[in-house]
Amino acid sequence: MIAEAGLAALWFAAALALAQLVLGALATSEARAELRASIAPVAIIQALFVVTAFVCLIAVFARSDMSVLLVAENSHSAKPMIYKISGTWGNHEGSMLMWVTILAIAGATIALFERKLRADTKVATLAAQGAIALGFYAFLLFASNPFARIAGVIEGQGLNPLLQDPGLAFHPPTLYAGYVGMSAAFSFAVGALVTRNVGPEFARAMRPWILGAWVFLTIGITAGSYWSYYTLGWGGWWFWDPVENASLMPWLAATALIHSVTVLATRDGLRAWTIMLAVLAFSMSMVGTFLVRSGILTSVHSFAVDPRRGVFILELLAIYIGGALTLFALRVGTVSEGTRFDPFSREAALVANNLLLTVILIVVMAGTLYPLALEGFTGAKISVGAPYFNSVAGPLALVLMLIMAMGPLLRWRSDRPSLLLRRVAPAMLAGVIALALLIALAGPIGLLPLFGLAVAALVAVASVAPLWKRNLARTPLFTFGMVIAHLGCAVSIAGMACEAAFTKENLVAVKAGETQLIGPFAVTFAGLRELPGPNYTALEGVLLVAKGARNGGGKPFIMAPQLRQFTDPPMLTNQAAIRTFWNGQLYLTIGEKEFDGRWLLRMWWKPFVTLIWLGGAMIALGGALALLGRVRRDIFGSRKTGVAA
Amino acid sequence: MKRGLILWLPLALVLALFAVFWVGLHRQENHDIASQMVGKPLPEFTAPAAFHGQPGASTALFRDGKPRLLNVFASWCVPCVAEVPVLLRLKAMGVEVVGIAVHDTTPALAEFLGKNGNPYSRIGLDETSRLQIAIGSSGVPETFVIDGQGRIVKQHIGVVGEDDIPGLLALLGQRP
Repeated sequence: MIAEAGLAALWFAAALALAQLVLGALATSEARAELRASIAPVAIIQALFVVTAFVCLIAVFARSDMSVLLVAENSHSAKPMIYKISGTWGNHEGSMLMWVTILAIAGATIALFERKLRADTKVATLAAQGAIALGFYAFLLFASNPFARIAGVIEGQGLNPLLQDPGLAFHPPTLYAGYVGMSAAFSFAVGALVTRNVGPEFARAMRPWILGAWVFLTIGITAGSYWSYYTLGWGGWWFWDPVENASLMPWLAATALIHSVTVLATRDGLRAWTIMLAVLAFSMSMVGTFLVRSGILTSVHSFAVDPRRGVFILELLAIYIGGALTLFALRVGTVSEGTRFDPFSREAALVANNLLLTVILIVVMAGTLYPLALEGFTGAKISVGAPYFNSVAGPLALVLMLIMAMGPLLRWRSDRPSLLLRRVAPAMLAGVIALALLIALAGPIGLLPLFGLAVAALVAVASVAPLWKRNLARTPLFTFGMVIAHLGCAVSIAGMACEAAFTKENLVAVKAGETQLIGPFAVTFAGLRELPGPNYTALEGVLLVAKGARNGGGKPFIMAPQLRQFTDPPMLTNQAAIRTFWNGQLYLTIGEKEFDGRWLLRMWWKPFVTLIWLGGAMIALGGALALLGRVRRDIFGSRKTGVAA
Repeated sequence: MKRGLILWLPLALVLALFAVFWVGLHRQENHDIASQMVGKPLPEFTAPAAFHGQPGASTALFRDGKPRLLNVFASWCVPCVAEVPVLLRLKAMGVEVVGIAVHDTTPALAEFLGKNGNPYSRIGLDETSRLQIAIGSSGVPETFVIDGQGRIVKQHIGVVGEDDIPGLLALLGQRP
């Protein structure tokens, strides 16, 4: 019964999305303005229905109702409850249902809370949101029904053991909130084009929505990076996997967008470009969804998928992205150009930031899609890997960081190079000192890590410079947000550079009682023990680790990496043992048994690797503070200051 | 006019991108991937016999001029059960099938063969998957056609079905 209720709720939601689209399209014109009041309730009720459907799906998973095909294929009654629930979105249909649920919630939130947008633009925005939802409801109902029944199944096939991890409860929902939250930017852009309303007011209305989605996207990517780092047991934090790239691309576009929307809001410049980016950010999200859900790419993220579904999503994308870009081409010419600005100004720095982000986006996209294009047309199979991405995107990112260091120190409208030089001098000094110290002390570490660390030092100083000699109590919250986010970039870059430059790796075959060295640690293999898990049996290596063993000191502690043999489905996974210190992480995994009875032990000492994710968290926190600051000023401050800046 | 054309550029790029996706989606067949192992000689190996007193499998065996099938399977592999009847039919037609049992044990194999029938002339054990990886197999079941000189003629990934029999016989140089 629950499954049928869920399916019915999904149908109702789809009908309401259609109503939202039709009503919204009609009510955009002034002649039918009386219809406008009905849009918001439709959007809200639509969201309630789809949330109901999603809750129903969670319920059938929680109850292990094996008469539902999706549960039978992806769940197992012996699974711990948290993985039964998070398993709801650990499969194609469930994750698509979560996708539309977040989409509808975003629409309802706009309907409820958006007050600044002109009435006709808001109506057009909600109509666009309804149109997107309608297509994806159709996809669920006709091509990916999550509630389909099956007869005669007693036990499920189980969830991929790699997904049986708390990360699954957290990573997809935040990432999707970011992906799908970008639909707000897309719909705002469509609404603005339809109603010819592109200007500072519009930008200020759109900005909080973009910031919110961007914060979620940042958290999702950061969390996903850490998850793959500890769960895959490969010791890496970013693999340039096509699906990772698919999440990075909307992030790059959205990062460009939150900066260009500031130019639009503050100086009424970059009108067409901002609209373009708003379309691009969500288009990249949808392309990401397509790449993951169509089965066109193979990666750790793909579920077995019918290619017909891929064609369906591709058609939806062609309609939405193609439609929005056609509208863009037709309408944006009629949007008058915004204010022009001086080539040496904060606006100009933000334009440079946007161009660089776009170029990096193109580099990532080319590397991700080139193998696909090549295979499509010639049949050749190649793989573009880290060497390409690191060597092309890395230097571009460092140049971007330099511009990011200078941007906030420039004045709006126009500025003088000599004044900028004086403001960035301390930061440049920090960068040069760092560079000199590294060359003198660190030995050969590679150009990219070397400059990465120097740039990180420079950016760290430059990013707090905007607070210099300011009354901190009167500094707006969003300025703090910017400072923390930029500082987070420096922290993250420093972590990446340290990981690349200073990681120590040691792969050894050990017998019980043997001691091996890794970085500043001595690792003694004490033996193995078997441990039963809730739905697996683990072979646990007991490793005695002592720090500073070379100098004969340090109190030993135990680290226990595991090999887990899952039964449903049968799969062997590798559970790394990770210990965090203030200056890095020790990362140990055990592998296969060798012929002579030795066990493979893989050890990494990764100095300051945690900075990567700390930086990511700071970037997200900065975004959240900026959002809070903007919203607070909208609610309390605008009457006092007149124009919110 | 010039600005007008530039505005259409994003749409043109997206359409080009989607054309690539479209082509990519319609080229999904895994069977199209030609095996990298075809035409190469079998790597040197000696696999111990699965059952005491019976012969194991080794490279030397495949060089005696008689084409054979090399079947990579396991008693714990459910699809492998499905292809046993087909292998039995091939055996009845005079095809020699050499088995490589991956990650397996003698008792489990005995039970598997007892239940499903034994199409194999000999079975070699590959407890660590090293042999499996060496011959370019990434899963079970997989079936290789080996010519009389020990070269790999074909790598069949997945279950061998009734439909595959004529093709395999042709490659083995036999008439049905």
